[in-house]
Amino acid sequence: MTDKKIRVLVAKPGLDGHDRGAKVIARALRDAGMEVIYTGLRQTPEMIAEAALQEDVDVVGLSVLSGAHMALAPRIVELLRANGQADVKIFLGGIIPDEDWARLKEIGVSGVYGPGANTEDIIRDIKAAVAG
Amino acid sequence: MTLSQAILNGERLALARLLTQVENDTPQGRAALIELFPHTGKAHLVGVTGSPGAGKSSLVNQLALQYRKSQEKRVAIIAVDPSSPFTGGAVLGDRVRMRDLFGDPNIFIRSMASRGSLGGLAQTTANLVQVFDAAGFDVVIVETVGAGQSEVDIVRLAHTTVVVEAPGLGDDIQALKAGIMEIADVLVVNKADRPGVENTEKALKSMLELSRPTTKRTLKHHGTEMTVFAPQEKAEDGVWTPPIQRTIAFDGTGVPELLEAIERHADYLRQSGGWQRRERARLDVELQTLIRAELLTRFREALSAQAYEKALEDVVERKMSPWQAAQTLLKEGAR
Ligand SMILES: Nc1nc2c(ncn2[C@@H]2O[C@H](COP(=O)(O)OP(=O)(O)OP(=O)(O)O)[C@@H](O)[C@H]2O)c(=O)[nH]1
Ligand SMILES: [Mg+2]
Repeated sequence: MTDKKIRVLVAKPGLDGHDRGAKVIARALRDAGMEVIYTGLRQTPEMIAEAALQEDVDVVGLSVLSGAHMALAPRIVELLRANGQADVKIFLGGIIPDEDWARLKEIGVSGVYGPGANTEDIIRDIKAAVAG
Repeated sequence: MTLSQAILNGERLALARLLTQVENDTPQGRAALIELFPHTGKAHLVGVTGSPGAGKSSLVNQLALQYRKSQEKRVAIIAVDPSSPFTGGAVLGDRVRMRDLFGDPNIFIRSMASRGSLGGLAQTTANLVQVFDAAGFDVVIVETVGAGQSEVDIVRLAHTTVVVEAPGLGDDIQALKAGIMEIADVLVVNKADRPGVENTEKALKSMLELSRPTTKRTLKHHGTEMTVFAPQEKAEDGVWTPPIQRTIAFDGTGVPELLEAIERHADYLRQSGGWQRRERARLDVELQTLIRAELLTRFREALSAQAYEKALEDVVERKMSPWQAAQTLLKEGAR
């Protein structure tokens, strides 16, 4: 029996046009032994939720630079719940003002990271969250 | 309700979860496969392989759209990408090219890491195909790891194997030599918008003639016409010459024709009896693989670790040949 791999969907919602950060994270998670489903730019919350369902992921990692995180994140949480995937952990990276962090955690986001975040920390947090 | 019942009822979350169980080869996954097996055998299994970056994912995207548009078939896609041999992790990026398929409940895309398998598929890809087949998908498209060599595994799994090439891949002609022509039921020259299509197509044609002579050729021999019947590789399947189709995956040019070619191949298999033969050959391989694995497990369980270590030591010290050691161990294990 193969040991259970952590499956992570890495998505870039919103309209801003580069995904360098998302790709860096995707590779770091791969190097930590995870299976990363990379979906590319300009994903709507609906697209992200559909991919998360089909891929039966443990984690959804979002990279949001546009400042639209307070609109996007709650919507994604809501859609995952509606699909029966309330157990999926959500991690968010990007330029996120301090005052939003608490609110994001409140609605069920497991981790929030700024641009200078250490990938080691993110990996450790993901592993801990999935282990429950 | 069991997972397999939920799947027969068309529940997508249950399907996604069972795919994970089956991919990880868990007891629950195995039990579900037993329940689902009587419901399999209906889907058309289409393999898509070819050089890295040839446009396989982009083409699968277009093919799925075309299946929906012209035939309203339910389409499942399994996209396999390589796992890192060092960390066991993977970045599965084929979905990036399939965003047009979003929002259609009759399409289901699943990404899969190869997890150390070398033949272009993962160990459990065939089992995922069974789940989709039982779930009522009419077509299951499997995109292999892009390796440019003969992806042997996909030929065993698919009814119809589509090989995708494109101009400007540099060493594509080299890659093509590695037996890939022999596995193609349909050949695609993608990126037909790029310069060099003619050359790629010409190269494919001449290699096709080399690897698969047409059955009947008329030669002029000393002024008289002679008909020559060349040997066929898959003679039992009758005559099928792989068509070569140009496509542009960006805008779908050539895709309706590609789909027609795939359908023609399926019809041909059904009429020639090749369909049943391929099914039988595939299940034969599967059965043998399972028996081999099970026998090995039982043998190991019956044998003491010391006996094995001792035999290995004897071989290392050249006291016994590996063949002798194997015979001795087998006798001991059977006791
Ligand atoms: N010009 C042109 N580019 C194309 C065409 N089809 C695909 N591409 C581009 O070729 C690149 C590779 O396309 P993919 O569909 O990812 O190819 P692939 O064979 O699935 O790649 P791997 O899965 O990585 O082996 C992408 O940048 C596509 O945009 C086409 O018809 N014309
Ligand atoms: Mg691909």
